Amino acid sequence: MYSFEYHRPGSVAEAAQLLTGNEDAKLLAGGMTYIPTLKQRLAQPSAVIDLGGIAELKGIKEEAGGLTIGAMTTHGEVASSAAVRQAIPALAALASNIGDAQVRNRGTIGGSISNNDPAADYPAALVALGATVRTSKRELAAEDFFTGMFETALEEDEILTAVHVPKPEKAAYSKFANPASRYAIVGVFVARTSAGVRVAVTGAGPAVFRATEMEQALAGNFSAAALDNVTVAADALNSDIHASAEYRAHLVKVMAKRAVEAAG
Amino acid sequence: MVEKGIGARVLRKEDQRFITGRGRYTDDINQHGQAHAVFLRSPHAHARIRGIDTSAAEAMPGVLAVLTGEDVKADGLGNLVCGWLVKSKDGSPMHMGPHPLLAQEKARYVGDRVAVIVAETLEQAHDAAEAVVVDYEELGPVVALERAHDAGSLVHDEIASNLAYDWELGDKAAVDAAFGRAAHVTRIDLVNNRLVPNAIEPRAAIGHYDPGMDHYTLHVTSQNPHVHRLVMSAFVGVAPEHKLRVVAPDVGGGFGSKIFIYGEECVVLWASKKVRGRPVKWTADRSEAFLSDAHGRDHISHAELALDQDGSFLAMRVNTKANLGAYMSTFSSCIPTYLYGTLLAGQYKTPAIYCDVQAYYTNTAPVDAYRGAGRPEASFLIETLVDQAAGELGMDPAELRRKNFVPKTAFPYQTPVALTYDTGDYEATLDEALRLVDWKGFAARKAESQRRGRLRGIGLSCYIEACGLAPSQVVGSLGAGVGLWESAKVRFSHTGKVQALTGTHSHGQGHETTFAQLVSEKLGIPYEDVEVIHGDTEKTPVGMGTYGSRSLAVGGEALAKACDKLVEKGKKIAAHLLEASEADIEFKDGNFTVAGTDRSKSMGEVVFTAYVPHNYPAGLEPGMEESAFFDPPNFTYPAGTYVCELEIDPATGTTEILRFVAVDDFGNVINPMIVEGQVHGGLAQGIGQALLEGAVYDESGQLLTGSYMDYTMPRADDVPSFEVVTAAGTASHANSLGVKGCGEAGAIGAPAAVINAITNAIGRRVEMPATPEKVWRALQNTQTPQAAE
Repeated sequence: MYSFEYHRPGSVAEAAQLLTGNEDAKLLAGGMTYIPTLKQRLAQPSAVIDLGGIAELKGIKEEAGGLTIGAMTTHGEVASSAAVRQAIPALAALASNIGDAQVRNRGTIGGSISNNDPAADYPAALVALGATVRTSKRELAAEDFFTGMFETALEEDEILTAVHVPKPEKAAYSKFANPASRYAIVGVFVARTSAGVRVAVTGAGPAVFRATEMEQALAGNFSAAALDNVTVAADALNSDIHASAEYRAHLVKVMAKRAVEAAG
Repeated sequence: MVEKGIGARVLRKEDQRFITGRGRYTDDINQHGQAHAVFLRSPHAHARIRGIDTSAAEAMPGVLAVLTGEDVKADGLGNLVCGWLVKSKDGSPMHMGPHPLLAQEKARYVGDRVAVIVAETLEQAHDAAEAVVVDYEELGPVVALERAHDAGSLVHDEIASNLAYDWELGDKAAVDAAFGRAAHVTRIDLVNNRLVPNAIEPRAAIGHYDPGMDHYTLHVTSQNPHVHRLVMSAFVGVAPEHKLRVVAPDVGGGFGSKIFIYGEECVVLWASKKVRGRPVKWTADRSEAFLSDAHGRDHISHAELALDQDGSFLAMRVNTKANLGAYMSTFSSCIPTYLYGTLLAGQYKTPAIYCDVQAYYTNTAPVDAYRGAGRPEASFLIETLVDQAAGELGMDPAELRRKNFVPKTAFPYQTPVALTYDTGDYEATLDEALRLVDWKGFAARKAESQRRGRLRGIGLSCYIEACGLAPSQVVGSLGAGVGLWESAKVRFSHTGKVQALTGTHSHGQGHETTFAQLVSEKLGIPYEDVEVIHGDTEKTPVGMGTYGSRSLAVGGEALAKACDKLVEKGKKIAAHLLEASEADIEFKDGNFTVAGTDRSKSMGEVVFTAYVPHNYPAGLEPGMEESAFFDPPNFTYPAGTYVCELEIDPATGTTEILRFVAVDDFGNVINPMIVEGQVHGGLAQGIGQALLEGAVYDESGQLLTGSYMDYTMPRADDVPSFEVVTAAGTASHANSLGVKGCGEAGAIGAPAAVINAITNAIGRRVEMPATPEKVWRALQNTQTPQAAE
């Protein structure tokens, strides 16, 4: 790894100040993607700003009919949180199946969604559940936050602080894991909330997307059978050595049906 | 009788240090004044090196040396060699392209060593590596094996084509004649997928030249330190053999990949001298391991089986194309030939077999032995072919096999492909496996799966392998450049404790335990009194190393012979002490007794007398220390039956292995627990090959599966709880212990059992690795044949 300055600020304000005017500085959350990147000399930041010392970014609290999860909350904390398991068990289940125990104990929800890996699990949950993303500057809908492959709406000097997730009526996540990485080849999160039914797909495309045809089919009849006649186009989907676009398209439907069944 | 002798399930001695983090691996060793090496590797699969500018790198902080292929040439160092000469059909020798320590003129695969940077710290060496400027002229790469023959470019300009050799074995005329009268011919085309070995400890080396002593020491991740010493002195010429010490300390897995003599260890030893005797250390990172460890398998084959009306095998015909990669690695030439073609009889009495193999160079990492080495490829081919024949004839695959087995009354059995099987009982292992898995109850289980929407399949594999490599005269006549004996030394101390020194090397096999049990049994002394020493050419007697499941059958037999010599000497001493005739002395359970009396001397008393020879036989040398060499009269032939039962989710194509039954005939077994552990590991790797693993290069020769994000290693949840039986053994005649070897069986036998079970479940065969997408596509094609492409 190349040399860089290391900072460990104690507050979001201090972290934001360190970012300002330091173009090549990078924020470090759990480091599950960034530390390997540094070790392989694939990044040469001027400074690394470690968010691990900021207490205000950690923790889960019940708020406004849902949960607010601090950006530096680990997957393991989400998976084992009584509040999450009670209010949104599908989210706890999703978190319990990210990576392995080591990753779950280091990786954070904020780091994951800021990186926006096209095969990450959380983006599907946040879009389907209609979550709100909070930053040092603003609040925005999760759907508007994820803008493309490894891209988000975050500005250069903006720091993600928390996500607020409303409690759904029903929800479930079904994942077809890459056998090597255990990331999602296809992951489908289905949620029914007071705002309607949402189906969000990760792994299959360049970034998380909503399967609107499925949402419409499920709006009137929330059952796996309702998806029988929905077709999923392979055109815009990813194709790699693990799965072709055609196979991914097929899996989107299979995983969506399984998620609907699991949601009950 | 000793308590922890042959047959006892003794916990492994070595695990105490391994599981408490006290193992001492090459990278754990740090020497005074140690410098660090980083290898600059080619980013191109095939490129001419027009020039290398090292000046900027040399000027970087902490840099001690930047060395290239030109420096290797200037110092007169030799090339790496392949030690087994294979001849083509026309009698011409194989074409071995030069394999320099550092690339000269051309880089031939992504990861080929182009330069080495030696610096005070590892980070400084990495920094300097980025400052080396290489002027590459990219050339068209030869990547796909099936196109190597007609590729537009040559991997080695010195060789007229990319074909290294075109080898054959067997009586072609007899095979052709048998096919002419066959009632049925089964044909198959199949791929044996390329694998990355993935030892948990990456390769590493520390070279140290001591200018004061004019002596060299190499610590290296080696399965065979004496072979390293031999090749590095006799061929590479980096140090004279009597001044070179090679130490292979704890080694974390090899699976074949640490047999070979690689450029890196030669370079660090040479570089140590270039930097005036500073020790130079190199440890591969995982990415380097993927790119530069010798890979395994990578065959494309067409095979045909001729049967008569009753299903008796008449003849088999096999054509195989084998990928050698960019260079011939240490044993690469014999893997797809003498360790493959000779195994094509399998467990069957097929009267005529012909096989020819074309081995090609490609711009990919070298390919060499990987757990099983040639034998998994042979076994997979035979067992899928036989299964397909059973399907085509509408016969029970178990009964077709049984009908064609070499019967147990036919041993020794001469196969039509050179080997002579000494013992075996193939029906016994088949029957036990069928009983354990409840073969007859499968239809009911399948129906139950069907009710749950799952496709259930069951598959057999009756494998054989040739282990205990090998009779030196035989391998010599087949082109081997070395003998394949082993040697051992067993040394008592005054106090009756024993050091057992072996030329083999343990890197996961548990020799420190197994060999101690063997010596304990032979000498009638407590297991705890035996220390096994291996892995250091200045401590241990010479040996050819650990691979091919040979350590016990060859190295263990050398130990046994040394023990026998000690007992013979002990009888002379005991006879003297007991004032009896040597012929009347019997040795049993650690005591020398005058036959028919209760007068005896213990081993301890005899040993003490040998070292304090105040009252001693005239003319007998003092001391109790004996050496022995053993050159086996034959290979050993472990064999067995594996059965895999699995379920497929038709919606996703996902395979779940429900049961895996392995019944092996390993002959006599010293430590059943260790043997079962070896089978478990082999099965995991065999299942990995069948379902998960596969090295993939893109068209430009970049390795797409260069990390664990893309190369699927089997994990605990990918394999079932294995049901392993090793009891039904027929003792080998190739050694006095009656042992055969068990290290590779799992990896050899498992792939066909898994693939045959999938075929059984879905009605058509898919190539390995049988990924969910491949299985799903096969199902689509099965359900709607029109859609098949």
